[in-house]
Amino acid sequence: MALLSIEDVCVSYGKAEAVRHVSLKVERGQIVTVIGPNGAGKTSLLTTAIGMIPSTGVIKCDGQDITRLDTESRVEMGFCLVPERRELFAEMSVHDNLRLGAYSRRDGKAAIQQSMDEVFARFPRLKERLSQHAGTLSGGERQMLALGRALMAKPKLLMLDEPSLGLAPLITREIFRIIASLRELGVSILLIEQNARAALETADFGYVMEVGEIVHSGPAATLIDDPRLISTYLGGGAD
Amino acid sequence: MNSQIAAILTIDGIASGAIYVLIAIGFVLIFAVTRIIFVPFGDVTAFTALTLASLEGKQLPGTIGMVAVLAALATLMEIFGLWRADELKRIPRALFFYLVLPLAPAAVIWLTSGTLLPAAARIVLTVAVILPIAPLLNRIVYRPIADSTVLVLLIVSVALHFALSGLGLLFFGPEGVRTESLIDYTAIIAGTPVSGQAMLIVASAIFFSFLLYLFFNYTLYGKALYATSINRTGARLMGIRPQQSGTIAFLVGSLMAAASGILIAPVNTIFYDSGFIIGLKAFVGAIIGGMVSFPVTAIGSAFVGILESFAAFLSSQFKEVIVFSVLIPVLLWRSYTLVHAEEEDDE
Ligand SMILES: Nc1ncnc2c1ncn2[C@@H]1O[C@H](COP(=O)(O)OP(=O)(O)OP(=O)(O)O)[C@@H](O)[C@H]1O
Ligand SMILES: [Mg+2]
Repeated sequence: MALLSIEDVCVSYGKAEAVRHVSLKVERGQIVTVIGPNGAGKTSLLTTAIGMIPSTGVIKCDGQDITRLDTESRVEMGFCLVPERRELFAEMSVHDNLRLGAYSRRDGKAAIQQSMDEVFARFPRLKERLSQHAGTLSGGERQMLALGRALMAKPKLLMLDEPSLGLAPLITREIFRIIASLRELGVSILLIEQNARAALETADFGYVMEVGEIVHSGPAATLIDDPRLISTYLGGGAD
Repeated sequence: MNSQIAAILTIDGIASGAIYVLIAIGFVLIFAVTRIIFVPFGDVTAFTALTLASLEGKQLPGTIGMVAVLAALATLMEIFGLWRADELKRIPRALFFYLVLPLAPAAVIWLTSGTLLPAAARIVLTVAVILPIAPLLNRIVYRPIADSTVLVLLIVSVALHFALSGLGLLFFGPEGVRTESLIDYTAIIAGTPVSGQAMLIVASAIFFSFLLYLFFNYTLYGKALYATSINRTGARLMGIRPQQSGTIAFLVGSLMAAASGILIAPVNTIFYDSGFIIGLKAFVGAIIGGMVSFPVTAIGSAFVGILESFAAFLSSQFKEVIVFSVLIPVLLWRSYTLVHAEEEDDE
């Protein structure tokens, strides 16, 4: 049974339909990516999956209908979204941001401290900046904090909205390496990316979205060689 | 006016200012987390004083009826909401938090009515029975309109204040009350008498401010509250319910308001509608702090208290006129500087 299953979901802002009849699945332990041009509705899809904007259609977690659950309940179930705008707590320290990432966990101080140590192992930079306010971090450090804060929740399903946005190539590669390594921890990931090639290289399965609809889908390894995609999304081929 | 009188007036002013500090910090706290300007906050202070007086007079305070009605309403709304959201498994929790917990202190007061409890027990019971009022009002009145603009929330607050003073008249009657003084001691400091009550008030204001500081800096709930106030979306994504943060803000604020009610009851005669003017002065303190800064709020509130004390000496009839006339330019100045500060923040 799929960990996340989105069935025939539509999102509209007033009259404008941003997502139209989209269906998509994330299996346990899988990395699934959604690529597509600006304004395709990718962010809207993630936002509705976490329950921040209303939609029609059905959203299920492990077969259980969660369409009517609020965002906080979905977070308690193990969903976690790193949104496009990151939504860090700018006036709070790096430490407090990370600690609040584990807010919905009920497994005690020691386990949370251990997660924090794991985050520091992945992002040593965050450890150096522990008492600094999140708002004063550099762009790249902010992305690390957003990802670190999400990992603190020990999510079952991690939804990432353009994690490499605005990052230097070196850090981008590092971020994708981390995403790939999360699979080994049993985290399932729904990844949205502009960097289509890197996303498809990391993912197991891919969807291509255009003006609110899914236009292609298939195993990532197939999509990456699909001539229809190469010209539009993978053009140039450079990493 | 000689320096001796000035010293006495200043001490007096600091003491009433400290009362306003307690209430004003509650204003700021509640506003930061929920965007609600909780006008009836002063009423909470007044009801505390009235409740304490009832207990001293071995009467059943009207607060009990008020809390019972509010708890019943809130419970019904909560259960209906959970039923609609398909979260029936949360109902026992809701019953506990909206019915059992708020009614427990009321039940104790009801069971012990007719006996005169020791002073400390009276104070604890009074605070315990007052605490749920504001959170319950939040659940009943504000939560259904939580996404409204600050202005709509303010208008509702004003309406709520009038409704509450009506209830106050109904439950407590028109008589003013003054409770036994908490401390009969006067120190002479540098030739100026300083009453124990004034020292107690100032000490309490400092104590509760410090408690709040600890709460925000060292507890997870405090941090969650702060997170909600600076980034609601981010907080929700961490699983922090803004509604729950709101409840905690109302609870903590109520604790401060209740403390101020206990402290003011022996020094001022309190009527069912005394809350408004007390709340308004505290509110001015909060505005001086721009509704965001706790330290500036505290300084502003103390300033209002001192101003009031001198104004009362110059002309007790025109006390309020003098206070608010002096405050208008201060508020204009603050609004001017604060608007600029906010614009800079946005960039
Ligand atoms: N709050 C909103 N109100 C009105 N329209 C919106 C809103 N949010 C998004 N839209 C519109 O919905 C469409 C899809 O937006 P969305 O942010 O989901 O796209 P996206 O695929 O994430 O794009 P990008 O790659 O640029 O991030 C766009 O046309 C956008 O203008
Ligand atoms: Mg987007």
